[in-house]
Amino acid sequence: MAVANVSAHDVSNHDHHDHEHKDNFITKYIFSTDHKMIAKQYLISGMFWAFIGGLLSVLFRLQLGFPEMDLSFLRPILGGWIDATGKLDPNFYLALVTMHGTIMVFFVLTAGLSGTFSNFLIPLQIGARDMASGFMNMLSYWFFFISGVIMFASLFLEKGPAAGGWVVYPPLSALEQAIPGSGLGMTLWLIAMTFFIASSLMGGINYITTVINLRTKGMSFSRLPLTIWAFFLTAVIGLLSFPVLFSAALLLVFDRSFGTSFYLSDIYIGGEALPNTGGSAVLYQHLFWFLGHPEVYIVLLPALGITSEVIATNSRKPIFGYKAMIISMLGITILSFVVWAHHMFVSGMNPFLGSIFMFLTLIIAVPSAVKVFNYLTTLWRGNLRFTPGMLFSIGLVSFFISGGLTGIFLGNSAIDIQLHDTYFVVAHFHLVMGAASFFGMMAGVYHWFPKMFGRMMDEKLGHVHFWLTFVGVYMVFFPMHYIGIAGFPRRYYSWTNFSFTDMYTDLNMFVSVASIITFVAQFIFIFNFFYSMYKGRKASLNPWQSNTLEWTTPLHPKHGNWPGEIPSVYRWPYDYSKPGAKEDFIPQTVPLSATPESNLPHENKLVQLEKEIMAEEGEVLVANETKES
Amino acid sequence: MYGLLISIGVILLILVIWMVYRIQTLISVAKGSDKKIATTSNKVNAILFMVFLIGAGGLMFWYSFKEFDNYQLPIASEHGVVTDRLFWITTAVTGFIFILTHILLFWFSYHYQYKENKRAAYYPDNNKLEVIWTLVPAVVLTVLVVSGWKAWSDITSPAPEDAHVVELMGYQFAWDIRYPGPDNQLGDYDYRLTTATNSRGIDFTDKNSFDDFAAQKVVIPKGEPVLFKIRARDVLHSVFAPHMRLKMDAVPGMPTRFWFVPNKTTAEMRQELGDEEFEFEIACTEVCGNGHFSMRRVIEVVEPDEYRKWVAEQEPFIKRNPELVADLPAELKELADIYINEE
Repeated sequence: MAVANVSAHDVSNHDHHDHEHKDNFITKYIFSTDHKMIAKQYLISGMFWAFIGGLLSVLFRLQLGFPEMDLSFLRPILGGWIDATGKLDPNFYLALVTMHGTIMVFFVLTAGLSGTFSNFLIPLQIGARDMASGFMNMLSYWFFFISGVIMFASLFLEKGPAAGGWVVYPPLSALEQAIPGSGLGMTLWLIAMTFFIASSLMGGINYITTVINLRTKGMSFSRLPLTIWAFFLTAVIGLLSFPVLFSAALLLVFDRSFGTSFYLSDIYIGGEALPNTGGSAVLYQHLFWFLGHPEVYIVLLPALGITSEVIATNSRKPIFGYKAMIISMLGITILSFVVWAHHMFVSGMNPFLGSIFMFLTLIIAVPSAVKVFNYLTTLWRGNLRFTPGMLFSIGLVSFFISGGLTGIFLGNSAIDIQLHDTYFVVAHFHLVMGAASFFGMMAGVYHWFPKMFGRMMDEKLGHVHFWLTFVGVYMVFFPMHYIGIAGFPRRYYSWTNFSFTDMYTDLNMFVSVASIITFVAQFIFIFNFFYSMYKGRKASLNPWQSNTLEWTTPLHPKHGNWPGEIPSVYRWPYDYSKPGAKEDFIPQTVPLSATPESNLPHENKLVQLEKEIMAEEGEVLVANETKES
Repeated sequence: MYGLLISIGVILLILVIWMVYRIQTLISVAKGSDKKIATTSNKVNAILFMVFLIGAGGLMFWYSFKEFDNYQLPIASEHGVVTDRLFWITTAVTGFIFILTHILLFWFSYHYQYKENKRAAYYPDNNKLEVIWTLVPAVVLTVLVVSGWKAWSDITSPAPEDAHVVELMGYQFAWDIRYPGPDNQLGDYDYRLTTATNSRGIDFTDKNSFDDFAAQKVVIPKGEPVLFKIRARDVLHSVFAPHMRLKMDAVPGMPTRFWFVPNKTTAEMRQELGDEEFEFEIACTEVCGNGHFSMRRVIEVVEPDEYRKWVAEQEPFIKRNPELVADLPAELKELADIYINEE
């Protein structure tokens, strides 16, 4: 559609909207350049991948919780990976763990979360017709799609997909002799990730450009909803860190295929001494975690942004400490680049570096703490409406606290010696980045579903979904702290070889049952989502009585979002329950001059300025109209 | 058979969900509650938060105390006492914050639930509060970091000169153990020298290797510093001795190390735990392939005298297999023969 470009901003352009409905199925649903459709594509893909990723985790939880179980009934799906005695193949166990991590981190929580909500909300909340480049946006999705197809195909290889952990440390990932998954499976992993990185970069460039250039009149950075701030900073992080992952992957490709020795040195494997010398396996870890740690914030910040918006709306209160929230997100953004080596305290790197990274890591806890306190204060003396979105946001805050606090243990290198690569780490990051981001995503879906599909999701099913998932997630990950303190290492196929891990079979069984329940509970959501899409209650224009711009669009916004002119913005997005105002919310499009009863002293001063601007604008409009006629 | 059962189960589940869903939709339409905000379910959710707070909180305390001896691994090294103390101090601090913030989170959720005639407070910011809750965590974290940093510097400082050296070499899927012998100097190695009889790639042209010997378990003396020299032959591994609170990656091409002082013998620990079978163990904690979960070695901590006796009893590599030095130049061979023929 022609309106997808920047010229769509011209006021005179809007009148040819009505005769632009020549979309066929392909341009509307497949190769769409409409940010809203692309967002839905990301969302559906993300849900598909979340299902696959969740299913994989159920499979390996079966092995961990019920090591004696006869898994022959899985043979129709897993084929040869179940051996003659009905046991899961240990190589495939590692492949399951690896693919679960890769899928969840990259395909679900990066593409599914950022891809969906950055695309959907950035233009709608800043008042733009579309992304800066609709075509590049489309390309971004289709690169992601190709990446997904390749990754999916790798699941069905004879020797299995990549199996060296989602971090794919060489030499394990570089040598096919070391593990079968490091053959073709690893090659496809690297190709898929290359497409994924390209997709992320195109998306990120678009988000950044759009936020900087296409904000509507009056939408200054200090009036941006926190969602947009979060998406913007996320895109900045991604843009700066994903290329480093690409370089890490590229060097790995060289080592695997062209005989170089970037990461390989002094290796004797399979009865043969390899010629590689001088490489450094630790170099790969540095490069990987230079993306890997910022990646945590790439998945977390959008969730925190969504939560800020949902909590403020449903508390009927301004988000507490708007500026402090922005400053802490900026702090997190910058610090996220200088903490990567805390994943490597015991990797053999110089212990002095460990000290430096310990200090930097614990600094990043401060802005995170500020955010938590601000959320709590936002709830304080609010008037809380427990919509499903709100419940998931509160759940997110809980996970963010629980998982964040254990980060203080792991960021302390002396304590990390014992806890590194144990289940304590598994518990930590699943709560703080896995569950928290997932809950942010869910909050976003429930909250913006009416804008996406013009219908409401069912509230009660949402409540049931929330409680089952919230309790389920804690049942899965809280016990892992005990298992981790007891020293159980990660990525173990079974616990019986060591006397120190030959216990807690009951707890592991409990965790596995809880994970299956939690997984099954997600079908309530899937049902609710697709049912409501067609049969849900028709939504009103502003069902949550929210202030932000997306609720000023028609129920089913066309490409271009607003039928007429893009509305101007006169205030920040958090004027909820302002004293003196009739309603408990004042949308951003209401001028200060229209609300003298609720204006604060400093706002009254702005009223005069506002009037001047509006008068000026009126003149321009009149001039335009006379020109046209 | 299973497939059929599972699919029937799934279909039944879907039907149940469907029925419940239809019924409650009809009820809510009949009651007209789908248009209200202060619904019963709003109240129910608020109450459930309190129930969750009390229920889950209670469960956490009960389990944490009941299971303490199970998940709290006994400590058998001097620095382990320090890091465990740090762990429990951090647990106390974070536990306090954890409980406090969760009480606030769920209490606020309950107490400030929606009421028709109520209006939320317009309270957009308070710089004094922001400063307080920036500075307080900063100070607390600084204290934690500084104490952690001190412990870390001590643990990673260079090993004392007289530390007993043990070499651990990881490969798929076991650890090879090598002792330097009476000279406390490990002989050189080169991965290209690795053969079936020389799995560690020891360079026997280096005299220091003549008294090196292998062992099936790591035997170390109590109360004296021990230095683990760690390396890997194929892929990354990681030495993890949970009771020693010790962990260090084994990296091909980059030797690493970790020194510590064991403070309990295996016998003492057995007595303490009342478990005659107890052994200190080494596991691998860096994913290394399909046998990752089975790289077990035993550490036996003994009294220093016993250790010295044990060392004296071991036979060097070249004595066990003189073939290893068969090709050495004459003068080195002579020296090697002294070790071989020694009684």
